[in-house]
Amino acid sequence: MNITPDTIVYWQAGSIRISATLVFTWIVMAILVLGSWAVTRKLSTGVSVSRGQLLLEIVLNGIRAQIRDVVQTDVDRYLPFIGTLFLFILLSNVLVIVPGFHPPTGSVSTTSALALCVFVAVPAFGITARGLRPFLNSYLQPTPMMLPFNLIGELTRTISLSIRLFGNMMSGTMITATALAIAPLFFPIVMNALGLLIGVIQAYIFSILALVFVASASRAHEEQTARTPDAEEEERTHG
Amino acid sequence: MDSLELIGMISIIMAGATVGIGAPITAIGEGWAVSRAMGALAQQPDAAPVISRTLFIGLAMTESSAIYCFVVSMILIFANPFWNHFAGVAGAQ
Repeated sequence: MNITPDTIVYWQAGSIRISATLVFTWIVMAILVLGSWAVTRKLSTGVSVSRGQLLLEIVLNGIRAQIRDVVQTDVDRYLPFIGTLFLFILLSNVLVIVPGFHPPTGSVSTTSALALCVFVAVPAFGITARGLRPFLNSYLQPTPMMLPFNLIGELTRTISLSIRLFGNMMSGTMITATALAIAPLFFPIVMNALGLLIGVIQAYIFSILALVFVASASRAHEEQTARTPDAEEEERTHG
Repeated sequence: MDSLELIGMISIIMAGATVGIGAPITAIGEGWAVSRAMGALAQQPDAAPVISRTLFIGLAMTESSAIYCFVVSMILIFANPFWNHFAGVAGAQ
């Protein structure tokens, strides 16, 4: 039994190897890119729109509504990053029902790459929204003594983000394989349905957590600007 | 008992113990969270979207400790580095 699709190697030359993870990641990327390209090639604003355009509009509106629920303002700043994460994870989790498909999210390499994207995006969004100094200053809040804990928190949440997705997807394929060995008639279908539900929930949770991390890094901006008049007033009274 | 048998035995026992201890404690915590959220939902049905989203995020956070236990036990069973090392040594002899 394979614990990760990394161990299935299709082609190898020297240190370069094409594993199942890579191949199925490419398949998911190709489906997303070609599907979107085929639909957006003939967009219409008229009364009758194509099925594909309706589908994409529903998906996009759903993602926008979810993001707006969390951040209230400035939805379009987070939409490309969060939407891409969500669609990629969702598609690779849902395609589990296709026989022979190994979900790329069931491999630590994919999930840690995704979590590293979030790890890099947090300072990127934070610095563009607040500037370098206020962002770095936020690590010294509430006191400079908390600096190591803030840094450790940044690291551990990246690790837990990747391990959570990996564990859930790996357990799904493992449970199906085990059920196939024990009760092959009906039970695997039920577990597969449960796996689909878990896959969708995990895609939602990964992107919502990424959104919360990114938004919290760039949002303290408003609190700070709201606090500045008070600080000035305090200085005036003390001075 | 040679080292291979010992490693196999202890790995299986610990894999069971890891999930057996880690999962129920996490389940208790998650049950608490869900029951509180149900109470809050019953009192304030208007706040349902906020409550359920926060509940989902909190459950995912809590869930990850059980997932860690599961991953550790899977590593112990299927990808145990000590087992692989000693199996390689035994195979070489």
